[in-house]
Amino acid sequence: MSAPLLSVRGLKVHFPVATGRLFAEKPVVRAVDGVDFDLAEGETLGIVGESGCGKSTTGNAILGLAPVTEGEILFDGRDVAGLTGRDRQALWRDLQVVFQDPVSALDPKRTIAQSIAEPLEIHGVARASRKARVDELMELVGLRATQRDRYPNELSGGQRQRVVIARALALEPRVVICDEAVSALDVSIQSQVLNLLLRLQRDLGLSYLFISHDLSVVRHIADRIAVMYLGTVAEEAPTDELFRRPLHPYTEALLAAVPLPDPVAERAKTARPLQGDVPNPMDMPPGCPFAARCPLREEGCDQIRPQPIEVGPGHRLACHVREREITGSSALDRQGT
Amino acid sequence: MAEPTLEIHDLSIGVGPHNVVDGVDFDIGRGEIVALVGESGSGKSLTALSIMGLLSGSVRQTGGTATLAGNALDLDNDHAMRKLRGTALSMIFQEPVASLNPLLSVGAQVSESLVVHGRASRAEAWDRAVEMLREVGIPAPEQRARQFPSELSGGMCQRVMIASALIAEPRLLIADEPTTALDVTIQAQILDLMRRLRDETDTSVLIITHDMGVVASVADRVCVMYGGRIVEQAEVHELFSAPRHPYTKLLLATIPRLTGERKSELFSISGMVPDVASWPEGCRFRTRCPLATDRCATRPPLEAAGAGEGHLAACWHSDKVEDLA
Ligand SMILES: Nc1ncnc2c1ncn2[C@@H]1O[C@H](COP(=O)(O)OP(=O)(O)OP(=O)(O)O)[C@@H](O)[C@H]1O
Ligand SMILES: Nc1ncnc2c1ncn2[C@@H]1O[C@H](COP(=O)(O)OP(=O)(O)O)[C@@H](O)[C@H]1O
Ligand code: SF4
Ligand code: SF4
Ligand SMILES: [Mg+2]
Ligand SMILES: [Mg+2]
Repeated sequence: MSAPLLSVRGLKVHFPVATGRLFAEKPVVRAVDGVDFDLAEGETLGIVGESGCGKSTTGNAILGLAPVTEGEILFDGRDVAGLTGRDRQALWRDLQVVFQDPVSALDPKRTIAQSIAEPLEIHGVARASRKARVDELMELVGLRATQRDRYPNELSGGQRQRVVIARALALEPRVVICDEAVSALDVSIQSQVLNLLLRLQRDLGLSYLFISHDLSVVRHIADRIAVMYLGTVAEEAPTDELFRRPLHPYTEALLAAVPLPDPVAERAKTARPLQGDVPNPMDMPPGCPFAARCPLREEGCDQIRPQPIEVGPGHRLACHVREREITGSSALDRQGT
Repeated sequence: MAEPTLEIHDLSIGVGPHNVVDGVDFDIGRGEIVALVGESGSGKSLTALSIMGLLSGSVRQTGGTATLAGNALDLDNDHAMRKLRGTALSMIFQEPVASLNPLLSVGAQVSESLVVHGRASRAEAWDRAVEMLREVGIPAPEQRARQFPSELSGGMCQRVMIASALIAEPRLLIADEPTTALDVTIQAQILDLMRRLRDETDTSVLIITHDMGVVASVADRVCVMYGGRIVEQAEVHELFSAPRHPYTKLLLATIPRLTGERKSELFSISGMVPDVASWPEGCRFRTRCPLATDRCATRPPLEAAGAGEGHLAACWHSDKVEDLA
């Protein structure tokens, strides 16, 4: 395989927490606590996990919107983690984002055409060629030319999200981070936007980092999926492999919890839902982040952090017990020796 | 059949000059879970709020009747409705954190309705609240009762909401998107809890959701709303296997399935949900419906369709829906 377009290595993002106490040791939220992944040209990597597990923070760190505490973010081989000012702005040409809420993403006082033209303006595209480019972009995302001079409040949610996507594509980026990009849309509109994203990828060779809590949506669009839990990647695998052979106990629980739009299948489910809540990322256990809820937990799991190991082509897993089942031993067996 | 817990007849709700809920009929049997599904803006929440007597401001009931266990509900009578809320009727909302009082301890909120309605002393109510918290799966409920909402996770706050809704043993629980803000593993716990409740206490539940997975998982019967009207009503298995309204059929076809072909073009319903002000005359799905004919310019009645008992659809061409998509 060719070199990845985007690589994240050992990424940590820790946020300090205000306590009011002057001399106490400053607690931190370990929002992202050691994440690695690659994204190749034209590929979609899905990131799934429960709220607060660090999906958005990972995306934001790549975008320069969250501080990188440790680790590397390589874009086309170049570390872009610390970029600011003009260098950061130049990167926007290659790296764009579509957030969840198309309402707050658009300026209510700007027409659609003005919103889409904004990045072109900032990057100094001449006025004359801007208009043509806006028309082209509107057509690309399926907006009608007659909608040029409309304001966001005159559009449906799906149409607004198309405007946001058109604006993100204005500078011909190579990577688009989609953070819950279809989550706020009605199902009938959601499928239109997913179809659009798939078509744009085919036509333009885009890479997507597709962040979502909706497993059915991620399965549909992603080539590979990384499952995050409390700031770490519990498991990563090609999509079909992950659904066919989930290995991490958290992945298994997550897949089992997705309610299927099929009453017969739903009523045939026998497994009891996973108990407990996601722990607070401020009291991160030293060992496995999933230990407090894990049905397979063994002694030592909450003390020793499982490291990701490769268990198949592109299939990575961070779990002591499953590692032992597959390789014959794990760090649990080596403790104290 | 035993008397239904709730009967809604010809309910209409107006905002300005428009009826955003327009002649809605349905009922909920004892111990039955009915799901109300439909697109954003189709009138689900307003229907629920009106049953609770909670419409306010420019939004008002413009027609229709409701009965609870055979007794007419006087939806406009604030005093009468206030008495029912927290006793026979309870509601939980989508945003658990925003719906709880941040200044009141969890135990105080859960016991509140018993105290307010004079059904228990403060101390008794507190003990019942702790029991209720235990029943909805909150670990260490004695300690949790003394904490404040900000100290609890979203899933726990939702369980607290459910506990406060259930402590009065209501006949009808209305849950508006109770799991939308929650993670799937927590959602599975809450849905499990709702099923258990119904089995153990015979509470009737109206659950509002846009998630067909949630519907398939908990509902006995389903009402599908579009443009302020119920367009289809059926037993849950029948609704999924043999829908008789084009909107239901197409809606089911648009959902990405865990078993579907990945990256394939998803089915989508053309056009968009029209705004209240531009709803077409006659069938409101007309502007997006592949089966529409001239006849659809007249409003289709909600009438028997399909094989199953109680299966209703509002479509002039419901016999052709099978061949769609
Ligand atoms: N307080 C209000 N004032 C004016 N219009 C309102 C008000 N509340 C709701 N509406 C309008 O009434 C219609 C029905 O709203 P409702 O909240 O019942 O929709 P819903 O089906 O619950 O949608 P969602 O799935 O988005 O929650 C919509 O057109 C909405 O904009
Ligand atoms: N700016 C910030 N300051 C402090 N904590 C933050 C900030 N942004 C995110 N967090 C915390 O980091 C964790 C991960 O958040 P986030 O990446 O938004 O999760 P996700 O997108 O997976 O839901 C959460 O505990 C969140 O509260
Ligand atoms: S390392 Fe231990 S606690 Fe963590 S997932 Fe594996 S078995 Fe469970
Ligand atoms: S009545 Fe006509 S327009 Fe309405 S759903 Fe039926 S076929 Fe379609
Ligand atoms: Mg997020
Ligand atoms: Mg609503």
